[in-house]
Amino acid sequence: MSGVRVLVGTRKGAFTLTSDGRRGDWTVEGPHFGGWEIYHLTGSPADPNRLYASQSGGWFGQLIQRSDDGGRNWTTVGNDFAYTGEVGEHLWYDGTPRPWEFKRIWHLEPSRDDPDTVYAGAEDAALYVTTDGGQKWTELTALRTHPTGPSWQPGAGGMCLHTIILDPVNKDRIYVAISAAGAFRSDDAGASWLPINKGLRSGEIPDQDSEVGHCVHHITQHPSRPDTLFMQKHWDVLRSDDAGANWREVSGNLPSDFGFPIAVHAHEPETIYVVPIKSDSEHYPPEGKLRVYRSRTGGDDWEPLTKGLPQSDCYVNVYRDAMAVDTLDPCGIYFGTTGGQVYHSADGGDSWAPIVRDLPAVLSVEAQVLP
Amino acid sequence: MIRVVLPAHLKNLAHVTGPVTLEVTGPHAGPVTQRLVLDTLEARYPMLLGTIRDRHSGKRRAFVRFYACEEDLSNESPDAPLPERVVAGEEPFIILGAMAGG
Repeated sequence: MSGVRVLVGTRKGAFTLTSDGRRGDWTVEGPHFGGWEIYHLTGSPADPNRLYASQSGGWFGQLIQRSDDGGRNWTTVGNDFAYTGEVGEHLWYDGTPRPWEFKRIWHLEPSRDDPDTVYAGAEDAALYVTTDGGQKWTELTALRTHPTGPSWQPGAGGMCLHTIILDPVNKDRIYVAISAAGAFRSDDAGASWLPINKGLRSGEIPDQDSEVGHCVHHITQHPSRPDTLFMQKHWDVLRSDDAGANWREVSGNLPSDFGFPIAVHAHEPETIYVVPIKSDSEHYPPEGKLRVYRSRTGGDDWEPLTKGLPQSDCYVNVYRDAMAVDTLDPCGIYFGTTGGQVYHSADGGDSWAPIVRDLPAVLSVEAQVLP
Repeated sequence: MIRVVLPAHLKNLAHVTGPVTLEVTGPHAGPVTQRLVLDTLEARYPMLLGTIRDRHSGKRRAFVRFYACEEDLSNESPDAPLPERVVAGEEPFIILGAMAGG
Protein backbone atom coordinates (compact mmCIF):
# COMPACT_ATOMS: atom_id res chain seq x y z
CA MET A 1 0.00 0.00 0.00
CA SER A 2 1.29 3.44 -0.83
CA GLY A 3 2.11 5.84 1.94
CA VAL A 4 1.98 9.54 2.61
CA ARG A 5 4.68 11.87 3.89
CA VAL A 6 3.67 15.33 5.00
CA LEU A 7 6.49 17.87 5.05
CA VAL A 8 6.04 20.62 7.62
CA GLY A 9 8.11 23.79 7.92
CA THR A 10 7.78 25.74 11.16
CA ARG A 11 9.20 28.76 12.94
CA LYS A 12 11.63 26.51 14.81
CA GLY A 13 12.42 23.57 12.59
CA ALA A 14 11.11 21.01 10.14
CA PHE A 15 9.00 17.92 10.79
CA THR A 16 7.93 14.95 8.70
CA LEU A 17 4.63 13.16 9.33
CA THR A 18 4.24 9.74 7.76
CA SER A 19 1.41 7.27 7.42
CA ASP A 20 0.29 4.43 5.24
CA GLY A 21 -2.33 5.01 2.57
CA ARG A 22 -5.18 4.71 5.07
CA ARG A 23 -3.90 7.87 6.75
CA GLY A 24 -5.10 6.83 10.17
CA ASP A 25 -1.94 6.39 12.23
CA TRP A 26 0.89 8.86 11.94
CA THR A 27 4.54 8.97 12.89
CA VAL A 28 6.01 12.38 13.69
CA GLU A 29 9.74 12.94 13.17
CA GLY A 30 11.71 16.08 13.95
CA PRO A 31 12.63 18.71 14.58
CA HIS A 32 15.17 18.84 11.82
CA PHE A 33 17.19 22.08 11.88
CA GLY A 34 15.82 22.88 15.34
CA GLY A 35 15.72 26.58 16.08
CA TRP A 36 15.74 27.66 12.45
CA GLU A 37 12.83 29.06 10.47
CA ILE A 38 11.86 26.62 7.75
CA TYR A 39 9.82 28.71 5.36
CA HIS A 40 9.39 25.83 2.98
CA LEU A 41 10.11 22.10 2.94
CA THR A 42 9.18 20.30 -0.25
CA GLY A 43 9.89 17.27 -2.40
CA SER A 44 10.59 16.62 -6.05
CA PRO A 45 7.62 15.28 -8.02
CA ALA A 46 10.14 13.30 -10.06
CA ASP A 47 11.84 11.69 -7.05
CA PRO A 48 10.00 11.71 -3.73
CA ASN A 49 13.20 11.03 -1.82
CA ARG A 50 14.72 14.28 -3.06
CA LEU A 51 13.73 16.97 -0.59
CA TYR A 52 14.68 20.62 -0.35
CA ALA A 53 14.40 22.92 2.67
CA SER A 54 14.69 26.67 2.94
CA GLN A 55 16.42 27.20 6.29
CA SER A 56 16.82 30.73 7.58
CA GLY A 57 17.10 32.81 10.68
CA GLY A 58 17.80 36.29 11.91
CA TRP A 59 21.22 35.41 13.27
CA PHE A 60 22.84 33.34 10.55
CA GLY A 61 20.94 34.08 7.35
CA GLN A 62 19.81 31.78 4.56
CA LEU A 63 20.77 28.19 3.88
CA ILE A 64 19.33 25.57 1.57
CA GLN A 65 19.36 21.94 2.64
CA ARG A 66 18.92 18.93 0.39
CA SER A 67 18.10 15.33 1.24
CA ASP A 68 18.48 12.44 -1.18
CA ASP A 69 16.94 9.84 1.12
CA GLY A 70 13.56 11.20 2.07
CA GLY A 71 14.76 13.36 4.93
CA ARG A 72 16.96 10.99 6.94
CA ASN A 73 20.15 12.81 5.99
CA TRP A 74 20.63 16.39 4.86
CA THR A 75 23.40 18.32 3.14
CA THR A 76 23.80 22.07 2.84
CA VAL A 77 23.90 23.17 -0.77
CA GLY A 78 24.38 26.59 -2.32
CA ASN A 79 23.14 29.74 -0.61
CA ASP A 80 24.57 32.42 -2.87
CA PHE A 81 21.43 34.30 -3.87
CA ALA A 82 22.92 37.33 -5.55
CA TYR A 83 20.95 39.93 -7.45
CA THR A 84 22.49 39.91 -10.88
CA GLY A 85 23.57 43.15 -12.52
CA GLU A 86 22.21 46.48 -11.36
CA VAL A 87 20.33 45.89 -8.14
CA GLY A 88 17.83 48.69 -8.64
CA GLU A 89 15.28 50.13 -6.24
CA HIS A 90 11.69 49.52 -5.26
CA LEU A 91 9.37 51.53 -3.05
CA TRP A 92 9.70 51.26 0.71
CA TYR A 93 6.70 51.45 3.07
CA ASP A 94 7.04 55.23 3.29
CA GLY A 95 7.06 55.62 -0.48
CA THR A 96 10.77 56.33 -0.80
CA PRO A 97 13.03 54.32 -3.13
CA ARG A 98 15.02 51.54 -1.46
CA PRO A 99 17.57 49.15 -2.97
CA TRP A 100 16.60 45.51 -3.31
CA GLU A 101 18.00 43.60 -0.33
CA PHE A 102 17.98 39.80 -0.06
CA LYS A 103 16.36 38.52 3.12
CA ARG A 104 15.25 34.90 2.66
CA ILE A 105 13.80 32.25 0.38
CA TRP A 106 10.08 31.86 0.91
CA HIS A 107 9.25 29.11 -1.55
CA LEU A 108 11.00 26.31 -3.41
CA GLU A 109 9.33 24.79 -6.47
CA PRO A 110 11.01 21.68 -7.85
CA SER A 111 10.65 20.85 -11.52
CA ARG A 112 7.98 18.32 -12.37
CA ASP A 113 10.45 16.04 -14.15
CA ASP A 114 14.02 16.85 -13.05
CA PRO A 115 14.98 16.45 -9.36
CA ASP A 116 18.00 18.72 -9.83
CA THR A 117 16.00 21.67 -11.16
CA VAL A 118 14.33 23.88 -8.58
CA TYR A 119 12.96 27.42 -8.65
CA ALA A 120 13.24 29.62 -5.58
CA GLY A 121 11.22 32.69 -4.67
CA ALA A 122 12.99 35.34 -2.59
CA GLU A 123 12.29 38.31 -0.38
CA ASP A 124 13.03 40.99 -1.67
CA ALA A 125 11.20 39.64 -4.67
CA ALA A 126 13.31 37.73 -7.16
CA LEU A 127 13.18 34.36 -8.86
CA TYR A 128 16.15 31.98 -8.91
CA VAL A 129 16.72 28.61 -10.52
CA THR A 130 19.19 25.80 -9.95
CA THR A 131 19.80 22.96 -12.37
CA ASP A 132 22.41 21.13 -10.30
CA GLY A 133 20.48 20.17 -7.23
CA GLY A 134 20.90 23.45 -5.43
CA GLN A 135 24.64 24.00 -5.66
CA LYS A 136 24.41 27.08 -7.88
CA TRP A 137 21.47 29.47 -8.07
CA THR A 138 20.96 31.83 -11.01
CA GLU A 139 18.57 34.74 -10.94
CA LEU A 140 16.00 35.05 -13.71
CA THR A 141 16.53 38.79 -13.75
CA ALA A 142 13.74 39.80 -16.11
CA LEU A 143 11.23 39.60 -13.29
CA ARG A 144 13.01 41.90 -10.82
CA THR A 145 13.94 44.29 -13.62
CA HIS A 146 10.40 44.42 -15.02
CA PRO A 147 9.53 48.05 -15.88
CA THR A 148 7.01 48.08 -13.01
CA GLY A 149 9.66 46.94 -10.48
CA PRO A 150 10.50 50.42 -9.16
CA SER A 151 6.83 50.80 -8.14
CA TRP A 152 6.60 47.52 -6.22
CA GLN A 153 6.06 47.99 -2.50
CA PRO A 154 6.22 45.37 0.27
CA GLY A 155 3.18 44.18 2.14
CA ALA A 156 3.27 43.77 5.91
CA GLY A 157 5.03 40.42 5.55
CA GLY A 158 7.73 41.77 3.28
CA MET A 159 8.14 41.95 -0.48
CA CYS A 160 8.22 38.23 -0.96
CA LEU A 161 7.89 36.04 -4.00
CA HIS A 162 5.82 33.30 -2.40
CA THR A 163 4.07 31.42 -5.21
CA ILE A 164 5.64 29.64 -8.18
CA ILE A 165 3.61 27.48 -10.57
CA LEU A 166 5.38 25.57 -13.33
CA ASP A 167 2.79 24.93 -16.00
CA PRO A 168 2.29 21.18 -16.54
CA VAL A 169 1.62 21.48 -20.28
CA ASN A 170 3.50 24.51 -21.55
CA LYS A 171 7.03 23.95 -20.30
CA ASP A 172 8.00 27.56 -20.91
CA ARG A 173 5.13 28.98 -18.85
CA ILE A 174 5.73 30.05 -15.25
CA TYR A 175 3.40 31.89 -12.90
CA VAL A 176 4.63 33.76 -9.83
CA ALA A 177 2.99 35.94 -7.20
CA ILE A 178 4.58 38.66 -5.11
CA SER A 179 3.31 40.51 -2.04
CA ALA A 180 2.34 43.22 -2.73
CA ALA A 181 3.19 43.54 -6.42
CA GLY A 182 0.73 40.99 -7.79
CA ALA A 183 0.79 38.06 -10.18
CA PHE A 184 3.03 37.65 -13.21
CA ARG A 185 3.31 35.14 -16.04
CA SER A 186 6.19 34.20 -18.25
CA ASP A 187 5.66 32.33 -21.51
CA ASP A 188 9.35 32.08 -22.32
CA ALA A 189 10.82 30.29 -19.30
CA GLY A 190 11.42 33.48 -17.38
CA ALA A 191 13.02 35.60 -20.10
CA SER A 192 10.14 38.10 -19.93
CA TRP A 193 7.13 38.67 -17.68
CA LEU A 194 3.59 39.93 -18.03
CA PRO A 195 1.63 41.31 -15.06
CA ILE A 196 -1.65 39.35 -14.86
CA ASN A 197 -3.79 41.35 -12.47
CA LYS A 198 -6.72 42.47 -14.63
CA GLY A 199 -9.98 42.20 -12.73
CA LEU A 200 -8.46 42.35 -9.25
CA ARG A 201 -10.02 44.96 -6.98
CA SER A 202 -8.07 46.12 -3.93
CA GLY A 203 -9.30 48.87 -1.64
CA GLU A 204 -5.77 49.36 -0.39
CA ILE A 205 -4.60 50.91 -3.67
CA PRO A 206 -6.06 54.03 -5.29
CA ASP A 207 -6.17 52.89 -8.92
CA GLN A 208 -8.22 49.73 -9.37
CA ASP A 209 -6.92 49.30 -12.90
CA SER A 210 -3.31 49.44 -11.76
CA GLU A 211 -1.12 46.92 -13.53
CA VAL A 212 0.60 46.00 -10.24
CA GLY A 213 0.20 46.64 -6.52
CA HIS A 214 -2.39 44.01 -5.62
CA CYS A 215 -1.58 41.87 -2.61
CA VAL A 216 -1.94 38.36 -3.97
CA HIS A 217 -1.66 35.82 -1.15
CA HIS A 218 -1.63 32.55 -3.06
CA ILE A 219 -2.51 30.97 -6.41
CA THR A 220 -3.19 27.35 -7.25
CA GLN A 221 -3.89 25.35 -10.39
CA HIS A 222 -5.18 21.88 -11.22
CA PRO A 223 -2.82 20.13 -13.64
CA SER A 224 -5.67 18.94 -15.85
CA ARG A 225 -6.85 22.52 -16.47
CA PRO A 226 -3.71 24.60 -16.71
CA ASP A 227 -5.47 27.75 -17.91
CA THR A 228 -7.69 27.86 -14.81
CA LEU A 229 -6.14 29.53 -11.80
CA PHE A 230 -7.61 30.10 -8.35
CA MET A 231 -6.40 32.99 -6.21
CA GLN A 232 -6.72 33.97 -2.57
CA LYS A 233 -5.99 37.67 -2.47
CA HIS A 234 -5.55 39.86 0.61
CA TRP A 235 -9.30 40.21 0.39
CA ASP A 236 -11.31 38.27 -2.25
CA VAL A 237 -11.14 34.82 -3.75
CA LEU A 238 -10.89 34.88 -7.52
CA ARG A 239 -10.53 32.65 -10.54
CA SER A 240 -9.16 33.03 -14.03
CA ASP A 241 -9.98 30.75 -16.95
CA ASP A 242 -7.59 32.32 -19.41
CA ALA A 243 -4.18 31.83 -17.80
CA GLY A 244 -4.48 34.94 -15.68
CA ALA A 245 -5.43 37.38 -18.43
CA ASN A 246 -8.70 38.14 -16.63
CA TRP A 247 -9.91 37.44 -13.11
CA ARG A 248 -13.37 37.38 -11.58
CA GLU A 249 -14.31 37.26 -7.93
CA VAL A 250 -15.84 34.00 -6.64
CA SER A 251 -16.00 34.80 -2.93
CA GLY A 252 -19.75 34.16 -2.95
CA ASN A 253 -21.13 33.24 0.46
CA LEU A 254 -17.84 33.00 2.37
CA PRO A 255 -18.11 34.49 5.88
CA SER A 256 -14.92 36.43 5.12
CA ASP A 257 -13.00 36.48 1.87
CA PHE A 258 -9.75 37.39 3.58
CA GLY A 259 -7.30 34.53 3.95
CA PHE A 260 -3.99 33.10 2.88
CA PRO A 261 -4.01 29.56 1.41
CA ILE A 262 -6.10 28.15 -1.41
CA ALA A 263 -5.96 24.56 -2.64
CA VAL A 264 -7.61 22.48 -5.32
CA HIS A 265 -8.77 18.86 -4.97
CA ALA A 266 -6.42 16.37 -6.67
CA HIS A 267 -9.17 14.69 -8.71
CA GLU A 268 -11.91 17.32 -8.98
CA PRO A 269 -10.58 20.43 -10.70
CA GLU A 270 -13.59 22.54 -9.70
CA THR A 271 -13.39 21.62 -6.00
CA ILE A 272 -11.39 24.20 -4.08
CA TYR A 273 -10.61 24.95 -0.45
CA VAL A 274 -9.93 28.14 1.53
CA VAL A 275 -9.66 29.00 5.22
CA PRO A 276 -11.48 32.28 5.87
CA ILE A 277 -9.75 34.66 8.27
CA LYS A 278 -11.63 37.50 9.89
CA SER A 279 -9.67 40.47 8.54
CA ASP A 280 -6.30 41.89 7.64
CA SER A 281 -5.77 43.05 11.22
CA GLU A 282 -7.51 40.14 12.94
CA HIS A 283 -5.59 37.14 11.68
CA TYR A 284 -7.88 34.49 13.14
CA PRO A 285 -11.04 32.70 12.03
CA PRO A 286 -14.40 34.49 12.23
CA GLU A 287 -16.31 33.72 15.44
CA GLY A 288 -13.40 31.70 16.80
CA LYS A 289 -14.46 28.77 14.60
CA LEU A 290 -11.81 27.07 12.50
CA ARG A 291 -13.63 26.27 9.27
CA VAL A 292 -12.30 25.13 5.94
CA TYR A 293 -14.66 26.20 3.19
CA ARG A 294 -15.09 23.99 0.15
CA SER A 295 -16.61 24.92 -3.17
CA ARG A 296 -17.48 22.13 -5.59
CA THR A 297 -18.35 24.67 -8.25
CA GLY A 298 -15.04 26.44 -8.62
CA GLY A 299 -16.15 29.22 -6.31
CA ASP A 300 -19.21 31.36 -5.57
CA ASP A 301 -21.03 28.58 -3.68
CA TRP A 302 -19.17 27.52 -0.52
CA GLU A 303 -19.88 25.07 2.30
CA PRO A 304 -18.22 25.09 5.73
CA LEU A 305 -16.29 21.98 6.74
CA THR A 306 -16.23 21.75 10.51
CA LYS A 307 -16.30 18.12 11.58
CA GLY A 308 -13.25 17.54 13.78
CA LEU A 309 -12.12 21.18 13.76
CA PRO A 310 -12.41 23.43 16.84
CA GLN A 311 -15.65 25.39 16.71
CA SER A 312 -15.08 27.69 19.65
CA ASP A 313 -12.27 29.77 21.07
CA CYS A 314 -9.94 29.15 18.13
CA TYR A 315 -7.75 32.09 17.15
CA VAL A 316 -5.03 30.64 14.95
CA ASN A 317 -4.05 31.62 11.43
CA VAL A 318 -3.18 29.45 8.44
CA TYR A 319 -0.35 30.76 6.29
CA ARG A 320 -0.31 30.79 2.51
CA ASP A 321 1.97 27.79 2.00
CA ALA A 322 0.47 25.78 4.85
CA MET A 323 -2.23 23.87 2.95
CA ALA A 324 -1.70 20.91 0.65
CA VAL A 325 -3.47 17.96 -0.93
CA ASP A 326 -2.32 14.43 -1.64
CA THR A 327 -3.19 12.47 -4.77
CA LEU A 328 -4.70 9.41 -3.12
CA ASP A 329 -8.36 8.51 -3.57
CA PRO A 330 -10.15 9.84 -1.60
CA CYS A 331 -8.07 12.99 -1.76
CA GLY A 332 -6.30 13.97 1.44
CA ILE A 333 -6.26 17.61 2.56
CA TYR A 334 -3.74 18.99 5.06
CA PHE A 335 -3.18 22.32 6.74
CA GLY A 336 -1.04 23.69 9.55
CA THR A 337 -1.76 26.56 11.89
CA THR A 338 0.13 29.24 13.73
CA GLY A 339 -0.85 27.36 16.88
CA GLY A 340 1.22 24.37 15.79
CA GLN A 341 -1.60 22.02 14.84
CA VAL A 342 -1.48 20.04 11.62
CA TYR A 343 -4.94 18.85 10.62
CA HIS A 344 -5.76 16.36 7.92
CA SER A 345 -8.79 15.01 6.17
CA ALA A 346 -8.69 11.65 4.42
CA ASP A 347 -12.09 12.16 2.81
CA GLY A 348 -11.81 15.32 0.77
CA GLY A 349 -12.61 17.58 3.69
CA ASP A 350 -15.75 15.96 5.09
CA SER A 351 -14.04 15.21 8.39
CA TRP A 352 -10.81 16.33 10.03
CA ALA A 353 -8.42 15.20 12.73
CA PRO A 354 -5.16 16.59 14.09
CA ILE A 355 -2.03 14.68 13.16
CA VAL A 356 -0.04 16.66 15.72
CA ARG A 357 -1.12 19.51 17.98
CA ASP A 358 1.82 21.28 19.50
CA LEU A 359 4.45 22.10 16.90
CA PRO A 360 5.94 25.57 16.58
CA ALA A 361 3.92 27.90 14.35
CA VAL A 362 3.52 26.19 10.98
CA LEU A 363 4.85 28.04 7.94
CA SER A 364 4.43 25.42 5.22
CA VAL A 365 2.83 22.06 4.55
CA GLU A 366 3.40 19.78 1.58
CA ALA A 367 2.09 16.26 0.97
CA GLN A 368 3.90 13.47 -0.88
CA VAL A 369 2.47 10.13 -1.92
CA LEU A 370 5.12 7.43 -1.59
CA PRO A 371 5.23 4.28 -3.68
CA MET B 1 47.00 27.43 15.92
CA ILE B 2 43.91 29.49 16.58
CA ARG B 3 40.93 28.16 18.45
CA VAL B 4 37.53 29.29 17.22
CA VAL B 5 34.42 28.74 19.29
CA LEU B 6 31.25 28.52 17.21
CA PRO B 7 27.67 28.99 18.40
CA ALA B 8 25.58 25.82 18.63
CA HIS B 9 23.72 26.32 15.35
CA LEU B 10 26.94 26.75 13.39
CA LYS B 11 28.55 23.78 15.14
CA ASN B 12 25.63 21.70 13.94
CA LEU B 13 26.04 22.99 10.42
CA ALA B 14 29.77 22.32 10.41
CA HIS B 15 29.31 18.90 12.08
CA VAL B 16 31.71 19.72 14.91
CA THR B 17 31.13 19.40 18.62
CA GLY B 18 33.86 21.53 20.19
CA PRO B 19 36.18 24.41 19.35
CA VAL B 20 37.64 24.43 15.86
CA THR B 21 41.40 24.61 15.58
CA LEU B 22 42.76 26.46 12.56
CA GLU B 23 46.24 26.82 11.18
CA VAL B 24 46.28 30.47 10.19
CA THR B 25 49.16 32.25 8.60
CA GLY B 26 49.04 35.83 7.46
CA PRO B 27 49.86 36.64 3.84
CA HIS B 28 53.56 37.31 3.57
CA ALA B 29 53.79 36.63 7.28
CA GLY B 30 51.57 39.62 7.98
CA PRO B 31 49.33 39.94 11.03
CA VAL B 32 46.63 37.42 11.84
CA THR B 33 43.35 39.27 11.44
CA GLN B 34 39.66 38.62 11.89
CA ARG B 35 39.31 38.47 8.09
CA LEU B 36 42.05 35.88 7.81
CA VAL B 37 40.54 33.71 10.53
CA LEU B 38 37.10 33.86 8.91
CA ASP B 39 38.51 33.19 5.44
CA THR B 40 40.31 30.13 6.81
CA LEU B 41 37.24 28.97 8.73
CA GLU B 42 34.98 29.27 5.68
CA ALA B 43 37.53 27.50 3.46
CA ARG B 44 37.57 24.56 5.89
CA TYR B 45 33.80 24.61 6.44
CA PRO B 46 32.16 26.00 3.28
CA MET B 47 28.69 25.35 4.70
CA LEU B 48 29.33 28.36 6.93
CA LEU B 49 29.62 30.72 3.97
CA GLY B 50 27.09 33.49 4.41
CA THR B 51 26.18 32.59 7.99
CA ILE B 52 28.73 34.81 9.75
CA ARG B 53 29.22 37.58 7.21
CA ASP B 54 27.58 38.61 4.00
CA ARG B 55 28.86 36.58 1.08
CA HIS B 56 29.40 39.61 -1.11
CA SER B 57 30.08 42.64 1.06
CA GLY B 58 32.00 40.61 3.67
CA LYS B 59 30.24 42.58 6.41
CA ARG B 60 29.50 40.86 9.70
CA ARG B 61 25.86 39.80 9.92
CA ALA B 62 23.96 42.15 12.16
CA PHE B 63 23.24 39.62 14.92
CA VAL B 64 26.65 37.97 15.00
CA ARG B 65 29.30 39.00 17.54
CA PHE B 66 33.05 38.35 17.87
CA TYR B 67 34.57 38.17 21.35
CA ALA B 68 38.10 37.40 22.52
CA CYS B 69 40.05 38.02 25.72
CA GLU B 70 36.88 39.39 27.33
CA GLU B 71 36.68 42.10 24.68
CA ASP B 72 33.98 42.70 22.07
CA LEU B 73 35.84 42.77 18.76
CA SER B 74 32.68 42.86 16.65
CA ASN B 75 33.18 46.40 15.46
CA GLU B 76 36.94 46.23 15.07
CA SER B 77 38.30 46.50 11.56
CA PRO B 78 38.39 43.04 9.96
CA ASP B 79 41.98 43.80 9.05
CA ALA B 80 43.12 44.76 12.54
CA PRO B 81 45.56 42.32 14.18
CA LEU B 82 43.89 39.95 16.63
CA PRO B 83 45.14 39.91 20.25
CA GLU B 84 48.40 38.08 20.71
CA ARG B 85 46.86 35.57 23.12
CA VAL B 86 44.37 34.58 20.38
CA VAL B 87 47.13 34.25 17.81
CA ALA B 88 49.13 32.14 20.27
CA GLY B 89 46.14 29.84 20.81
CA GLU B 90 45.92 30.72 24.49
CA GLU B 91 42.50 32.37 24.19
CA PRO B 92 39.74 31.41 21.74
CA PHE B 93 38.19 33.63 19.11
CA ILE B 94 34.51 33.38 19.99
CA ILE B 95 31.74 33.72 17.40
CA LEU B 96 28.25 33.93 18.87
CA GLY B 97 24.73 35.01 18.15
CA ALA B 98 23.75 38.33 19.68
CA MET B 99 20.98 38.64 22.21
CA ALA B 100 18.27 39.27 19.67
CA GLY B 101 15.16 37.45 20.79
CA GLY B 102 13.66 34.61 18.86
